[in-house]
Amino acid sequence: MAMSQTLQRGPVSGTATSRTTSRRPFLLDLYATAVGKKYVMAVTGIIGILFIIGHMVGNLKAYIGLVEEADGTMAYDLDVYAHFLRELLVPIVPHGYALWGLRLGLIAALVLHLHAAWSLTVLNRKARPVRYQSSRDYQVASFASRSMRMTGILVVLFIAWHLADLTWGWVNPGYEYGEVYRNLDASLSRLPVAILYIVANIALGTHLFHGIWSLFQSMGWNNPRFNRWRRGLATGIATIVVVGNVSFPIMTLAGVISHPSV
Amino acid sequence: MSTTLKNLTLKVWRQTGPDSKGHFESHTIDEITDEASFLEMLDILNERLISEGKEAVVFDHDCREGICGTCSLMINGQAHGPERGTATCQLHMRKFTSGDTIVIEPWRASAFPIVRDLMVDRSAFDRIVESGGFITAATGGAPDANLIPIPKPVADASMDAAQCIGCGACVAACPNGAANLFTAAKISHLNLLPQGQAERFSRVENMVETMDDYFGSCTNHGECEAACPKEISIDMIALMNADYRKAKVKNRKQLARS
Repeated sequence: MAMSQTLQRGPVSGTATSRTTSRRPFLLDLYATAVGKKYVMAVTGIIGILFIIGHMVGNLKAYIGLVEEADGTMAYDLDVYAHFLRELLVPIVPHGYALWGLRLGLIAALVLHLHAAWSLTVLNRKARPVRYQSSRDYQVASFASRSMRMTGILVVLFIAWHLADLTWGWVNPGYEYGEVYRNLDASLSRLPVAILYIVANIALGTHLFHGIWSLFQSMGWNNPRFNRWRRGLATGIATIVVVGNVSFPIMTLAGVISHPSV
Repeated sequence: MSTTLKNLTLKVWRQTGPDSKGHFESHTIDEITDEASFLEMLDILNERLISEGKEAVVFDHDCREGICGTCSLMINGQAHGPERGTATCQLHMRKFTSGDTIVIEPWRASAFPIVRDLMVDRSAFDRIVESGGFITAATGGAPDANLIPIPKPVADASMDAAQCIGCGACVAACPNGAANLFTAAKISHLNLLPQGQAERFSRVENMVETMDDYFGSCTNHGECEAACPKEISIDMIALMNADYRKAKVKNRKQLARS
C-alpha cells in the first residue's frame, strides 16, 4: 500500500565518501594538515613578532647612555635593563627563571615555525614535481612573498651569529659578561659586522612585510571592516623594526653609541 | 574594425602520454584576424596540422563562453592568458601583436597529470567535492521563494563563491600548486547560507583534509585570485581557514548553540 511506504534512499551523491581514518589527539590532528600547519606558522610568527618588537624597544635604551643608580653610582641604562630581565618576576620565581621561561617559549616557537615551514615546503615540492618549462609571469606575488624561505634562512643564520656575538661572546673581542653596552659597541664598531647586521635586518623586515599580512589570512582573520589595515600594519611594523634595529650599527659607527673602554 | 595579426610564433607543449617526456614544438601562424578567440586560433592550427597529415594538438574546451571550466592553458606564463577575469576561451587574439611569440603549456601539478599535450586530468577536484561539497538533505518540492530569509550581502557573498567553475587556474597559477581557492569556494558557497549550516563543520574538515591528499599549501601569494576567471577573492580562503579552526574545537553535539 502506497500510504504505508517509507522513503528509502541512500546518500544524495552516489560517490559521497566520508573519511574513516582514525583521528589523532586534538592538536596533533590539527597540525597534521597544511591548513593546521599554517596556524602554527601564524601563532609562532606572532610570538616572534612580539619578541622582535620588545627586543628592538629594549635596545633603544642604548641611546639613554649613563644613568645614576639608587646608590649614586653611574651605570649604562642598557646594562641596568639587562640585569632587570634576570630579576623579572622575582621573588615569585627565583633569579633568572622568568627569563629562561621566555627563552624556552621562544625556542619552542622557533622550532615549530621551522618544522612547519620545512614540511610545507616538502608538501609544495611534491605538489608540483615537474615545474613550468617556460618562465612564469607572476601578477601579484611580491618579492617578499616569493623570498620567504630565503629571508627566513638568512634570519636563522643571523640569530646564530647574534647569539655567538652578544650572548656567548665567542666572536666578540674582549667580551665582558653583563657589560651589554660595551659589548654592543665592541661588536658593531667593526664595519663588516655592522654591514652584516644591516643586511640581516633588511631580510627580517622583508620576511615580516609578507608574514604579518599573511598571518591574518592563515588564521582566517578577515573582515571588510579591518582588511585594509592589514597591509598597513605589516608595512608599519616591518618599517619600525628595521629602522630601529639598523640604527644601532649606524649610530655605533657614527660614534653615538660609544663606550670609553672600546 | 578588425585587423590582422601576422607572423605569430607558437611554442606549444607536446606530450604523447602521462609518463612520456614532453617538449615544446614551434608553429608559425602567418595570418590571423584579431577577432579570433585563442581557441579558434588553435582550431585553425589543428586544421592545418591535420591537412598536413600531422597529429592535432590536444587541448580541453567545451562551452567556449566562460561558464563550463573545461578550457585551461598556461599562456606566456599566465593561467588563462593575459586577460583578467576570463577563461582561455574568452581570450581574443587582439590581446597580442604581430610578431609575438606565444608559449602554451598545460597546467602543471602532481594532482593534474597530463593526459596528452595540453590536456590534464582534473578529477582530483571531484575527490574534494565528493567529500563534502553538497547538502545531504531531502529537499522535497520547490520551496516558496524567500521561505528562508537570507540577507542580501550573504546571498551575494555565497554567489561570489558559487561562481567557481572548477577550471584549476588557481592551482596552475599557485607557486605551491595549492587548491585552497577552489576548495574554499566550494566550501563557502554552502557554509555562508542557512541551508549549509547543518554540515558546516564536517564539510570543512572533510574537504580540507581531502585537499591535503593532493595539493600543496597556501602561502598567501594571491596569484590564484589574479588568475581566477571568475575573480573569486582570497577572502574565501580566510573564511575556510577560520571554519576549519572552529571545526576542530566545536562541540558538534551543541551546534545550534553558536
